[in-house]
Amino acid sequence: MKPNDSGRRSFLKKSAALAGLAVGAARSAPGQTAAPENSPAWLKDLHGYGERSRFETSARLGAPGLYDPAPAGYHQDFGWRNPIQDSVGYITPASLHFVIAHGYEPPDIDPAEHHLLIHGLVEKPLIFSVDDLKRFPSVTRAHFLECNANGAPAGPTGRFRVSPDATAQDTHGFTSCSLWTGVPLSILLKHVGVKPEAKWIIGEGSEKGKHTKSIPIEKAMDDVFIAYGQNGEALRPQQGYPIRLLVPGWEGINNVKWLRKIKLVEEPYMGMWESTKYPSLRPDGLSRWFQFQMGPRTVITRPSGGQKLNGPGFYEISGLAWSGGGLVKSIEVSTDNGQTWREAEIQSPVFPKAHVRFGFGWDWNGEETILQSRCTDEVGERQPTVVELAKFWKVEPDFFVKTGTIPGHFNAIQPWKVNPDGSVQNAISF
Amino acid sequence: MRFRFNFLAPVVAVAACISAAAQTPDYKNVGRTPTAQEVQALDIAVSTEGKELPPGSGNAKTGARLYQQKCAACHGENQEGSAQAPKLVGGRGTLASLHPVMTAGSYWPFATTIFDYIRRAMPRYQEGSLKADEVYSLAAFILYRNDIIKEDDVIDATTLPKIKMPNRDGFIPQNLDEIHDYKKRGCKLGHCP
Repeated sequence: MKPNDSGRRSFLKKSAALAGLAVGAARSAPGQTAAPENSPAWLKDLHGYGERSRFETSARLGAPGLYDPAPAGYHQDFGWRNPIQDSVGYITPASLHFVIAHGYEPPDIDPAEHHLLIHGLVEKPLIFSVDDLKRFPSVTRAHFLECNANGAPAGPTGRFRVSPDATAQDTHGFTSCSLWTGVPLSILLKHVGVKPEAKWIIGEGSEKGKHTKSIPIEKAMDDVFIAYGQNGEALRPQQGYPIRLLVPGWEGINNVKWLRKIKLVEEPYMGMWESTKYPSLRPDGLSRWFQFQMGPRTVITRPSGGQKLNGPGFYEISGLAWSGGGLVKSIEVSTDNGQTWREAEIQSPVFPKAHVRFGFGWDWNGEETILQSRCTDEVGERQPTVVELAKFWKVEPDFFVKTGTIPGHFNAIQPWKVNPDGSVQNAISF
Repeated sequence: MRFRFNFLAPVVAVAACISAAAQTPDYKNVGRTPTAQEVQALDIAVSTEGKELPPGSGNAKTGARLYQQKCAACHGENQEGSAQAPKLVGGRGTLASLHPVMTAGSYWPFATTIFDYIRRAMPRYQEGSLKADEVYSLAAFILYRNDIIKEDDVIDATTLPKIKMPNRDGFIPQNLDEIHDYKKRGCKLGHCP
């Protein structure tokens, strides 16, 4: 044993004690970190765990613009959106990371009691405690998570997304980016020994609905990891505390929260959500299922819908770009309704499958105009227009608003209209 | 085989003194073998072949009675759905329209998913409370109400996976072995054809 190991062990012991206390907090307010009423004074002291300034009011909103708690009987399945219009840099605070759990509240999990079982087509099934997982080498990586329905112009909340009054939270609030820490799944799979006939993994969560998701073994062995950390601290309950799957660049549904089990199998298991709610219905009645990867996408967060410019003059146009295809290679901005496009400046570290902050200096002359952004990723795919997307879908553009289903992965270019009075409006059209 | 451990333990020990980073450790004693009970308690996912289905059986007649007790409050007396829960019957022939009605009968590709989902997630707020016979009966009732089986057909681990759902062929790609290859399917820009 190295000399510093004993220090580390006593640290772990203290952490375990802290984790025990945190459980009370989760019980009183799921997903929040406010100190529980029965906690010791030192844990309530803001010198112990800080809060933001009382002047900061940026908050998640329920998908149709409602604050939590939703009205009785209301479908909470639609989730809570990240206030992306207020974001700075490329990391989303854990407390503002969007939340979708198909209507289930976070289970109140004591990490000392939680386990992960890996079984099925393996040489030796094993069960791991959360502490066991921390004995493996860790990785820390920036990755976005994005809901399949982010920005969908039809479906239960489509009208909020297409409204001229929509903010970036309404149009793009189902994406967020964190620094996730955990253990690569490939290490665990090699440790249990994968049998050659294993082609898929089935992940399963601990919430009341026991969410289940099938993921191909190639992806599992590539860049998937089991995350226990987010932005330098433990996962928040709403993000899967104590452990979740992190499946970089793929639809949010793959990133199973409160992970309790991984089974290796020969074929996808066709869980309810993956086989009946997430496929995308075509006009001919056939469905595309398991679309996996999120496409290249950008959004200008400032100026964006609902904000107001204070007269003509200089403004730094600021936004976020990301792609499930890997690295964002270039970002362009148009300030003249798409007639000309110019390269934006990358203003944050660029990691694969992560948000990237971009900026573009702009002198506003006070006239009405439309601002847009688009990106190209490392595999050469460029964010499409609504018309280009419609062409790939083999539909007329108005299908995206007329359909009674949710048009998933809707990553079309977002236009913001700047009015002569400085007000900014959603200008998406079909 | 690719995922074997390095059994040359003495060599590893010596090498570790020189350069720990250059070796793949064997992660000795990390994790333990689960008990049979631990695996059984968690092994609730049912494949399309139904190998994991438990013993037991049911039919639509017993399912109809159970439905009124356990399900009708949210899904409606006649499976018509409500603000809390979706409709469970009908919708066949509507998928190629702007207002498709997507129910287990019109849309779900596998009957095994009905069993799996009822057992893991229903009834809401009493998840996991139904016994295997009850789950088979409710699955039978939903299949019967969608004109997929007869009222007295027995649904069990053998019969359930054999049912071909009306929309089984309505998904691209149809062949489960072709799903995993995103590029081969012609997907791009985050969309599949």
